[in-house]
Amino acid sequence: MMTIEELQDIGRLEKEKQEGFRHRIHVCVAAGCLSCQSGLVKDALEKEVSRRGLESWCQVKGVGCLGLCSAGPLVSIEPDGVLYKGVEVSDASDILESLGGSPISRLECSLEQPFFRKREKIVLENCGKIDPESVEDYISENGYEALYTALRLMTPNEVVDQVVRSGLRGRGGAGFPTGLKWTTVAKAGGSIKFVVCNADEGDPGAFMDRSVLESDPHRVLEGMAIAAVAVGASYGFIYLRAEYPLAVKRIRTAIARAERLGVIGHNIFNTTFSFDVKVRLGAGAFVCGEETALLASIEGRRGSPRPRPPYPAEHGLWGYPTLINNVETFANIAPIIRKGGDWFASIGVGKSKGTKVFALAGHVKNTGLIEVPMGTSLRVIIYEIGGGIQGDRRFKAVQSGGPSGGCLPERFLDMSMDYESLAQAGSIMGSGGLIIMDESSCMVDVARFFVEFCMTESCGKCAPCRIGTAQIYNTLKKITEGEGKPSDLELLDELCDLVKNTSLCGLGQTAPNPVLSTMKYFLNEYKAHTDDHTCPSCACRMNNHAEEQK
Amino acid sequence: MRPPAFLQTALERDVHPVKVVTFKIDDRDVTAREDETILTVARQNGIFIPTLCHLEGLSERGACRLCLVEIKNSPRLAPACVTIPRQDMEVITNSERVQNYRKRILELILTERNHVCSVCVSNGRCDLQQLTVDLGITHVHYDYLYPKHEIDATHERFSIDHNRCVLCLRCVRVCDEIEGAHTWDIMSRGILSRVITDLNQPWGSSETCTGCGKCVHVCPTAALTEKGKSVAEMTKKRQFLPYLEMMRKEELR
Amino acid sequence: MSRARVATTWLDACSGCHMSFLDIDERILEIAPLIELVYSPLVDSKEFPEDVDVTLVEGAVSSEADVEEILDIRKKTKVLISFGDCAVSANVPAMRNRYDSKEVLDRSYMENATNNNHRPDKNIPKLMKVARPVHEFVKVDVFLQGCPPPADAIYSALTQLLAGEHPELNGKTRFGA
Repeated sequence: MMTIEELQDIGRLEKEKQEGFRHRIHVCVAAGCLSCQSGLVKDALEKEVSRRGLESWCQVKGVGCLGLCSAGPLVSIEPDGVLYKGVEVSDASDILESLGGSPISRLECSLEQPFFRKREKIVLENCGKIDPESVEDYISENGYEALYTALRLMTPNEVVDQVVRSGLRGRGGAGFPTGLKWTTVAKAGGSIKFVVCNADEGDPGAFMDRSVLESDPHRVLEGMAIAAVAVGASYGFIYLRAEYPLAVKRIRTAIARAERLGVIGHNIFNTTFSFDVKVRLGAGAFVCGEETALLASIEGRRGSPRPRPPYPAEHGLWGYPTLINNVETFANIAPIIRKGGDWFASIGVGKSKGTKVFALAGHVKNTGLIEVPMGTSLRVIIYEIGGGIQGDRRFKAVQSGGPSGGCLPERFLDMSMDYESLAQAGSIMGSGGLIIMDESSCMVDVARFFVEFCMTESCGKCAPCRIGTAQIYNTLKKITEGEGKPSDLELLDELCDLVKNTSLCGLGQTAPNPVLSTMKYFLNEYKAHTDDHTCPSCACRMNNHAEEQK
Repeated sequence: MRPPAFLQTALERDVHPVKVVTFKIDDRDVTAREDETILTVARQNGIFIPTLCHLEGLSERGACRLCLVEIKNSPRLAPACVTIPRQDMEVITNSERVQNYRKRILELILTERNHVCSVCVSNGRCDLQQLTVDLGITHVHYDYLYPKHEIDATHERFSIDHNRCVLCLRCVRVCDEIEGAHTWDIMSRGILSRVITDLNQPWGSSETCTGCGKCVHVCPTAALTEKGKSVAEMTKKRQFLPYLEMMRKEELR
Repeated sequence: MSRARVATTWLDACSGCHMSFLDIDERILEIAPLIELVYSPLVDSKEFPEDVDVTLVEGAVSSEADVEEILDIRKKTKVLISFGDCAVSANVPAMRNRYDSKEVLDRSYMENATNNNHRPDKNIPKLMKVARPVHEFVKVDVFLQGCPPPADAIYSALTQLLAGEHPELNGKTRFGA
């Protein structure tokens, strides 16, 4: 039970409380920094504060991802706007000493660098700012106001309409228009409907959803609740992979706190509207990110996809209409309702609106999480935000979209990152993983790696994906071991075409993409392997008979 | 205008009139009830579409992909066994494109396990072997995978040879849907998938298996067989399926 | 009209396909005047000759000697027929592929031998890790399935070839036959 006044009071009180501190020390407690001991750094800082008796003067707060994961543990000092990188337990005393004075130069991480300047945050606006375990902190950043607006001030149709106008497209991979999906589920008949959040982030190298759930879980909950209002659902599931224990803990905490406040659960904001959210853990199957497999898994069955149609929008969980969106998609909803669909549509390019969160990984200097407007060029992302290639080696390719995506060569560096351009180049936006590769990477070996991933993650239901991926993998393995023949390239082409066009679900249909794109752009490397039995990048373990023959 | 009085009781009683659509398969005009698939209608009209995982009387899986057909103006191929025709849809079952894909898929299936027809109890009585004839497969141009698979002959009357299994899961479905025992299921994933009895216990020790043998008889190959059969002796008897299906429908009425 | 130069050979096989060939019975009289059998295990010739029109290859490729032989045959043959399931799919010889070749040899020459148990070592071609179909090594022009292919199918294939057509065998034979 909660009114808007009460909600705003909570936010105001929280803000006043925080602003009452002269200094606020934010320690990143998302998985990246936690893995390099940011938890101990936070403890040390708290101890140091109490040792000096500064509890009423200085706050130490755990916050979500600050972005530059490669430089963790990260600590930011507010309201001064100073960021420290690579902070260790022993730095606690120095940090407190410097409060109010000049920053510690050996730890300082410039916020002026393009990594921070070039970002435009919608999804990540609260990341690194609020305590992910405090609902009050979220409310102090206008949290749950959009839900109130959607529920009390708008009709469900108006909510759907704003999402349609925003031009938001599914951030999970395929880029299906979110508004259209919502319209379909809203139109589906029946009084029982479900809203499902797909948090089964399985692409190697992708950690956008994890960071959002660890840093700002309430944003996802609010997005789901607004979706429930719009389509008329009263039950929600978050399907989250069990490999993300911290995200699981934070989202469960968030649900419990939101329920206690009455912003999730029964009779939200004193209306008859109820929305129950449960967490379901995935057991580590990539295919469960496919929506029908995900639904089967929530129902307690083997996570295998089924042929569509019927689509989940009309025949989803236990046969009821179900709306499935990805974490990042839901995270965009509250700002769209708060600021309007037109505002969102003004960001981005063409049919790709808003921003996109990318996880930068691979041979790039700054690895971490970035959010940029759709249409930002790869060059800006890699060379400005990413700081260029490690060791200043030569850029060779970027793999976007995970194992379902493609590898793009240098000539696409100035391409705008949007759904259409990527698809045209033979890759996909995917969930937003970007793996940057330098000249030391062998593209045949890269293709082999991704196909191996798809082969072992194939559910085994349909024949082309089950057997075809194994055949493609065997062929690539042979080629990278120096046993390839020129005719293997035709065979690869044929197998890829077969698997792509005849597989049952998206996993199989996109599994050949890494092979097809590398064959398209790096055919010479394949030919060097099959004709001359050499690997131009010297990355493959070739057998010695090629050298013997020379 | 109101229908004449003599029709009114009849019309009131018929609350769910069955809808029908007319569409085309290979340029022939055909009619389907709203719940019939392209495959059903094709078979009614004597139009050949190959299938492997499909078996009349069991739920559809859409997994073997041999029944893929083209639908005019749609870039995607559709599995005929689960696709419901729409009015005026134009289905093409025999284009070179789908025929090629079907052949290649069947070739892949032949490479997956160790199928040796000449020493097989189902030689001459095997759905998989028949499909190679139907689709005109003269040889397999992919490399055979030669996996190592076991035979479980612990059951008193039956045995399972995983070397012959095509993972159609007819056994799993018949056991669950018709017999109601759910002894069979599937474990692992991808190329390592295989069917199991009772959480991967030896079939002979299964406490849920009723020994009905339905799985053996729906199996398209000699993966599931009766013991004591020699080469080419294993005939599968499937008459029970349409019979049970009919009787159960009667009961529901 | 010159007679077609025909050869037959067997690699890793049981010779059953050759027996089936003989099962075309009296029809062999029809074929005999049209062909010249230039090489075959059934006749006494040591060297595979040049310029062969049709070669029927029975059996899978199992040893290094088989590989040499099939490469040589391909060079000297216009139309190469994979003759029977062992040639087409490696069939029974491939049943050993799941085991190490040492295990296989031990099983046949040690465990199951009644006397003089020893593994052959000299003058025997080395077994390859796996037995494979002929078309994985050389281009094959005609596939004649069956274990063995029925005599009718063999007859039909040969007469069609001799008439200068590409043999159409659909329905006449299949894997296992």
